[in-house]
Amino acid sequence: MPRRRALILALAGAAALLLALAPVASASWIRPESGGSPNANDISTLYTIVLIMGAVIFVLVEGLLVYSVVKFRRKRGGPEPTMVHGNTPLEVGWTIGAAVIVAVIAAITFIYLPKIKNPPNSSANGLQQLAGEDFASLNQPNPPNGKALRINVVGQQYIWRYDYIGAPRLTENRPVYAYYQMVVPTNTTVILQINSSDVAHSWWIPKLGGKADAIPGHNNYTWFKISKPGIYKGQCAELCGNNHADMLAEVRAVPPDQFKAWLTGQRQAILQSQQALAAQRKAGEGQ
Amino acid sequence: MRGLPDRKTGWLSWLSTTDHKKIGLMYIYATFLFFMLGGVEALMMRLQLAQSQNTLINPQTYEALVTMHGTTMIFLFVVPVLAGFGNYFVPLMIGARDMAFPRLNALSFWLLLFGGILFYASVFFTPPNTGWTFYAPLSDSAFNPSNGVDAWIFLIHLTGLSSILGAINFVATIHNMRAKGMGWARMPLFIWGILIYSYLLILALPSIAAAVTMLLTDRHFGTGFFDVAQGGDPLLWQHLFWFFGHPEVYIMILPVFGMISEIIPVFSRKPVFGYKAIAASTAAIAFLGMLVWAHHMFTTPTPIVVLAFFMLSSFAIAVPTGIKIFNWIATMWRGALVLKVPMYFAVGFIAQFVIGGISGVMSAVFPVDWQLQDTYFIVAHIHYVLFGGSVFGIFAGLYYWFPKMSGRMMNETLGKVSFWLMFLGFNMTFLVQHSLGLQGMPRRIYTYQSGYGWDVENLISTIGAFILAAGILVTLFNAVRSVKVGKKAGNDPWNANTLEWFVPSPPPENNFDVIPRIRSAEPMKDIRREVAAAGRPAGSVAQPVAPGT
Ligand code: HEM
Ligand SMILES: [Cu+2]
Ligand SMILES: [Cu+2]
Repeated sequence: MPRRRALILALAGAAALLLALAPVASASWIRPESGGSPNANDISTLYTIVLIMGAVIFVLVEGLLVYSVVKFRRKRGGPEPTMVHGNTPLEVGWTIGAAVIVAVIAAITFIYLPKIKNPPNSSANGLQQLAGEDFASLNQPNPPNGKALRINVVGQQYIWRYDYIGAPRLTENRPVYAYYQMVVPTNTTVILQINSSDVAHSWWIPKLGGKADAIPGHNNYTWFKISKPGIYKGQCAELCGNNHADMLAEVRAVPPDQFKAWLTGQRQAILQSQQALAAQRKAGEGQ
Repeated sequence: MRGLPDRKTGWLSWLSTTDHKKIGLMYIYATFLFFMLGGVEALMMRLQLAQSQNTLINPQTYEALVTMHGTTMIFLFVVPVLAGFGNYFVPLMIGARDMAFPRLNALSFWLLLFGGILFYASVFFTPPNTGWTFYAPLSDSAFNPSNGVDAWIFLIHLTGLSSILGAINFVATIHNMRAKGMGWARMPLFIWGILIYSYLLILALPSIAAAVTMLLTDRHFGTGFFDVAQGGDPLLWQHLFWFFGHPEVYIMILPVFGMISEIIPVFSRKPVFGYKAIAASTAAIAFLGMLVWAHHMFTTPTPIVVLAFFMLSSFAIAVPTGIKIFNWIATMWRGALVLKVPMYFAVGFIAQFVIGGISGVMSAVFPVDWQLQDTYFIVAHIHYVLFGGSVFGIFAGLYYWFPKMSGRMMNETLGKVSFWLMFLGFNMTFLVQHSLGLQGMPRRIYTYQSGYGWDVENLISTIGAFILAAGILVTLFNAVRSVKVGKKAGNDPWNANTLEWFVPSPPPENNFDVIPRIRSAEPMKDIRREVAAAGRPAGSVAQPVAPGT
């Protein structure tokens, strides 16, 4: 009977602990950043599930440890402990237990993986009729309808460059580009192709999902879809030289028509500065 | 002692010695010196990060400090200090009079020392600044002409050679020189740890030796193994590095598991629970440890099936690791715990290693790792495993074996003060770093913007680091002081189970005048029982007196 009561108490304790953990686990300082894009939210949920499982194991193991230290101290004149060398059923039991726990984590991961990896279609209020050209990508699935805004992200010491290859071009074979701040339309699926022109960097805006390394000679992919307009900050996550800490990045999400206006403006601005440069050069030659 | 030369003394005897105990001590002295250097580097970094946009240390120096610190702690402290304990105790614990190849053993030590000195010489020129992982192409001459990278390459070659020779020596010694009756199932668990550590070193080191040689020829002789422009591939570096780098993590923990498996039973007054399971899980961890390397590369452009494989293999390793933890707790269960300082550190080890294990499994979930990789969450994880785990275990071993090595006990009160300072300081420094990582703070940054909300946790972390350092200094003070004034230890102060406690402290140069026959995994228990049965005073059999002395 007392054994049964202890079991019930332990179960009740574990349940209470889980309930107590739930609000703690939702605090922002204990989970990865999220809220910008669905993939970031799903990673955060997956993380929280694993965290709670880990917390239960933590409490169990540390509890047993502390209990042993408190309870089994040597007492003066106490009996010698019995010389137990092992207990096969018990040992087989916790081996299987541990295997089951990691198998469950694996199963949950594979349930969440498609949502994290596969982008949805852009929403009706997103940017429509994207002329986007496809990346030849082995690792980044397309949205079901195949339409997304495609941006090529290039890491270089110590700034990020964005080529809007899925948008109207600057000239026939050059896309519009920008540095440091990436402007994107809201409610639109954006697929990033990431590479580097010098050393390894890593593209990371925490609220918009996981990071993706920029490795010279390789293309890496990720995506996001932002519903709330605003600025999302991040910074390079792979040591790329002494000023790695200064390699900041931000994504500014604006409604689709504002995005179109920005793109036209950016295109004009680049063309104008190129003309000015050409004129200057000519003037220089003329002297 | 007829027929034996007089024991040599004086400093020359240290330079020329081939005695495994002297070599072991030299390993321990040298590596603790490097531990101090690595610690000072760590404190300098923590000072710089104490507040946002701090300008105490410039970017170049900070990145050099990260690199020196990581390299020092791994290649010049944890791996070789374990070789030091192994050198001192393997022959004593298996009942041998020395290592199989004593002169090779001396060579291993000197290679290590010169590797370390050569690496530190770069401080006077341009120290390397690529992090301890030296990712190409950042470490290539185009982006890093500094000779610090070359100094690191030589460090890897010299310490790698040192480790391989040492490992071969351990393997030969353990396979061939065990006392009569010490079958595989009676071998102390620390010896299992050192044996498998040695096999892992032999398997893993060639990969990094090849990688740094390729880097060397890329840098100086025009090859392009890692240079895209010449048809090379930077990812090749990452694969070669981590094919070594992950087994390296187990190289740094398996002998410590062995120490813990020796200490817990002695201070629980109970035999170790599940001897065979602990030995077998050590082998299982080593085998699986060779198959998980790309979990350090989850954010690289790699197909999802590959990532899934490396997630599953990493999960598989959690099982044998969990087995060990349950076995240790089961050893303590219904024991009669003697809470001396070695036991404090052993229990602290378990408590902290569990946290590192859990954060490890979390990082093995690769979509989650896309957020965690290269952040302070990982910095916290590696320190929970390497510091909370390995270093706490090494301190447990130091307190446990100090009486054997020096003949004197360390002070218990100072030991407990040191433990509590280290325990508090360690957790204060590194627990909050999980949260910093989750809030987006990348590792290896020399500063961070104000207004990201990272200030308070960084300050806590820095204060914790100084408490931790104070705790370490108390132990060092304790050790230095106890050599002079510690209580005399006698042969067997802990009532321990293994053969090193059979001989005087410190042991004579030939270790054993008579090598006892081994009848179980706990030979000292048998000997004590025999002594009691014969009705003679304890200790009279423990060191039979040779005729003529
Ligand atoms: C005195 C206690 C220690 C403190 C305060 C400390 C602190 C630090 C700091 C501040 C970093 C740099 C984080 C970054 O900027 O990315 C770091 C990195 C590291 N530490 Fe420690 N550490 C300590 C002890 C140790 C020990 C004992 C080990 C190993 C046994 C260790 C292994 C490492 C490694 C491998 C790195 C990564 C280096 C890299 O990023 O290249 N640390 N530590
Ligand atoms: Cu970068
Ligand atoms: Cu960077």
